[in-house]
Amino acid sequence: MTDDKTTLPQTSADTPSGSPLGLAERGYSGVIQHLSAGGAGSALSDVELESRLIELGFVEGAKVEILHEGIVGRDPIAVRVDNVTIAVRRREAMAIIVA
Amino acid sequence: MEAPLLHLALVGTPNSGKTSLFNALTGSRQKVANYPGVTVERKEGFFVTPLGRQVSVVDLPGTYSLRGRSPDEEITRDIVLGKASGETRPDLVLCVADSTNLRLTIRLLLELKRTGRPIVLVLNMFDIATRRGITVDVTQMADALGVPVVTSIAVRKGGTADLLKLTDEISAGVAPQPQENNWRPLSVAELRATQREADRIIASTVSLPSRPDTWTARIDAVVLHPVGGLIVLALILFVMFQAVFAWAQPLMELLSSSFDALGQFVHDTLPAGLLQSFLQNGVISGVGSVIVFLPQIIIIFLFILLLEDFGYMARAAFLMDRIMGGAGLHGRAFIPLLSSFACAIPGIMATRVIDNRRDRLTTILIAPLMTCSARIPVYTLIISAFIPPKQVWGFINLQGLVMFGLYAAGIISALLVSFLIKFFMLRDYAPAPFMLELPDYKMPRPKSIAIGIFTRAKMFLQRAGTTIFSMMVLIWFLASFPQPPAGAADPAINYSLAAILGKAIAPLLAPVGFNWQIAVALIPGMAAREVAVAALGTVYAIEGGKEAAEQIGQVLATKWSLATALSLLAWYIFAPQCASTLAVIRRETGSWKWMATTFAYMLALAYAASLVVYNVAVALGAG
Repeated sequence: MTDDKTTLPQTSADTPSGSPLGLAERGYSGVIQHLSAGGAGSALSDVELESRLIELGFVEGAKVEILHEGIVGRDPIAVRVDNVTIAVRRREAMAIIVA
Repeated sequence: MEAPLLHLALVGTPNSGKTSLFNALTGSRQKVANYPGVTVERKEGFFVTPLGRQVSVVDLPGTYSLRGRSPDEEITRDIVLGKASGETRPDLVLCVADSTNLRLTIRLLLELKRTGRPIVLVLNMFDIATRRGITVDVTQMADALGVPVVTSIAVRKGGTADLLKLTDEISAGVAPQPQENNWRPLSVAELRATQREADRIIASTVSLPSRPDTWTARIDAVVLHPVGGLIVLALILFVMFQAVFAWAQPLMELLSSSFDALGQFVHDTLPAGLLQSFLQNGVISGVGSVIVFLPQIIIIFLFILLLEDFGYMARAAFLMDRIMGGAGLHGRAFIPLLSSFACAIPGIMATRVIDNRRDRLTTILIAPLMTCSARIPVYTLIISAFIPPKQVWGFINLQGLVMFGLYAAGIISALLVSFLIKFFMLRDYAPAPFMLELPDYKMPRPKSIAIGIFTRAKMFLQRAGTTIFSMMVLIWFLASFPQPPAGAADPAINYSLAAILGKAIAPLLAPVGFNWQIAVALIPGMAAREVAVAALGTVYAIEGGKEAAEQIGQVLATKWSLATALSLLAWYIFAPQCASTLAVIRRETGSWKWMATTFAYMLALAYAASLVVYNVAVALGAG
């Protein structure tokens, strides 16, 4: 399935550091650096994906932790964002750059 | 003079406890319908305030913003903005927040404020927040937000007293007046800014718990475990299936035999004739065939509502998402499809848990392909008459193997159809990525569950009942008119419109190996699949209806070829042989188009499958 292709988002000059949450393992915890919908390869448009992520609380500075993952391709993942748990697919989580 | 009805609207994120607040406010005084033209549930309820003001309240679909990224969220936006045709613009918007999880709702509230509507923030589930050590400075929060803030405990008696008091104050004109609407879709930068603003307000008014909810973490450690979670899911489903089949069975038999007894009573009391036949075979058996599904519907909804209230549904979707995703199905489609093995009607009704319209429609379209319990009598009749009970490979019963094959054929074709729908029909619709809040577990409240079941059962009886009932009467009419001539030797149905129709369509069905008797039996079989068994009995002039199934089988074995029997089995996997299901599809999708689509595609599949099976069987010498 195409979902398994997890290409790294293009890191351009304005994206200083960090790696996508979509590649992180279960148990990872970190802080959101920025959102970069461009390289995520989601079916949603960049603006739409970024908007939805913000609406679910994925904003810069939020603490995230991967609590659980699914059985097929370790996907989707359950992410603790501050005090809420959100399930997302790894593909969409590629847009969340953490460190 | 009585004051005009005050219109309230409940807005909130999914899982904010909006619906339990709605139930607490209105009790059972609820009307559930669909918004015109869309598959979105419209819930309106009524209550009277302590000062006697009549209030109408609508429970709007849950949303994280007013952008309207799905038909459900567009409804919420349009009603709040007063743009929805035929809907009253709310006098007051109640923004409902889960007090343990304020971040997303406060952001939504800041966006709502731009619409200029009078708004109240309702801090719901305040008891749970207090128990977790969350303290909220309500006065300061109201100052910071610029809207009134009340706390509520929807699930406790008297827990909405503050809200009711405030409603009275507002209706007396003390409270905020509508402002100009300044809302427009927020840009990404504005979204960020409002979330920052929300976080700032929360930081200054809420002290977060020293103890997080350890129960949720402990349960999730098991329930969301990649392997353990699937085992738990399988166990839950096993119990659910047991309940639907085993617990519902005695009740269904009781209902069924009560209706039979009532029919018999009418038969014995009234003189033989049209009125007797209409009441017994049209009205009583028609109504009976609908009501007999009620126990299954109640039990399925009991499970669904319990799991939903507890917070498990989102977890089941999480576990099944990738497994179902390959066929283009959403994780949430799992439970409705499973329910459809009992009966497609509660299955289709259960698709209401899927909030994306496209995903819901796909699920509704394929639900009737799941082998429902009404197919079992037909399958058993034909299998026991035509398939020898011998062992294959030493340990597998051939009859059981055929039965399993029929179930598997249903599932595989459902997945294929879903895949094709995704590919060809609903391409223009933006797919819903799987982004879902996994709410903290909460103890389900019996009152809320009871109201939910009551509303569903009422809706099923009222609306599906009327459509199904009229179809039953039509089918009775076709099978009864014209009356046989005096002294006719053949069964009455052979002189009826059904027989005329059956014989007329028989040439069309000849290529799949059906004779005219089968064609005739298929017409009353439209009422419900299992009725075809009794109808075959009638056509072949065997008295005794369903009880005589064994005898019918013996007769059929002498009259049909094996190829015809296999062809009929293939037909029943796909055929849209159930007026009730079609009526429910019509109601749930709010459109005749999707009912017709389902009918047409299933009929085409049935014909194609039978054609292939019959010709292959004949070619192999079974003709």
